[in-house]
Amino acid sequence: MRVDDRLIHGQVVVGWGQAVCPDRILLADDEIAESEWERELYRAGVPPDFEVEFTTIEEAAQRVDELMRSAMRTLILVADVHALVRLCNDAPQIREVNLGGLHMDGDRVRKLPYLFLSDEEAGQLRELGERGVTITAQDLPTTTRVPLERLL
Amino acid sequence: MSSDSDQVNGVRGVVVSHADLGAALVHAVESITGITGALVPVSNDGCNRATLDERVHAAVGDTPCVVFVDLAGGSCFRSAARLTRDRPGLTVVAGVNLPMLIDFVFQRDASLEDAVKHAVEAGSHGIRVVSH
Repeated sequence: MRVDDRLIHGQVVVGWGQAVCPDRILLADDEIAESEWERELYRAGVPPDFEVEFTTIEEAAQRVDELMRSAMRTLILVADVHALVRLCNDAPQIREVNLGGLHMDGDRVRKLPYLFLSDEEAGQLRELGERGVTITAQDLPTTTRVPLERLL
Repeated sequence: MSSDSDQVNGVRGVVVSHADLGAALVHAVESITGITGALVPVSNDGCNRATLDERVHAAVGDTPCVVFVDLAGGSCFRSAARLTRDRPGLTVVAGVNLPMLIDFVFQRDASLEDAVKHAVEAGSHGIRVVSH
């Protein structure tokens, strides 16, 4: 389960693709799920080793049980903390979250070179952490994993 | 249709890449060909989707343009490809390499279509394998 505002991109397909070897990427995003053009853009160029699926956040939450039972390894991608919170609220089975890339935008503050959080986002993550979800930041498999406590 | 100024300036080239690759490729093309200003590099460093879209959009301008990107399926590719929807006269080529760009800077007076075809062929032919 990864939060990354670029969604499917080089670090995910190449970096994590090589290290984690997911069979499937499930991209959970309401806008992209509704737009055939955007879905096509995200599908284009993804190596054939991955299956790519597009769902709304709500549909993704309904799929979590099935994905966890499946023999296929699935990487779930969402674009921001708001989407993550919605997904985790509807799917409390999600116990581990990777913060992979949230870039400067609006009133966000720099926490790591690849991670910027607004006060609201930091508060939402803290709340998720208090509910027992393990949240760590790590852009690539070869970089250090930073626990949430060090980001707040 | 190209205007007179387009003919003079030729097809624009933009190189959108991860990290500093685009700038390095453009620098290499300039030092090999002596042609400067034909290519504009754009990096995705520190960008989210919206900011990268903005950077690419600004670099592309509104005259005939080829956007060369380093990796199909990456954020650079998607930002460039997204622009093609509402922008005639824009072509995206993924898998950029040095031979492709060197060819392109000499073909900018050709039509967009011909410049792309020629550059892609040069890029493909530039890949050679030598072994024992």
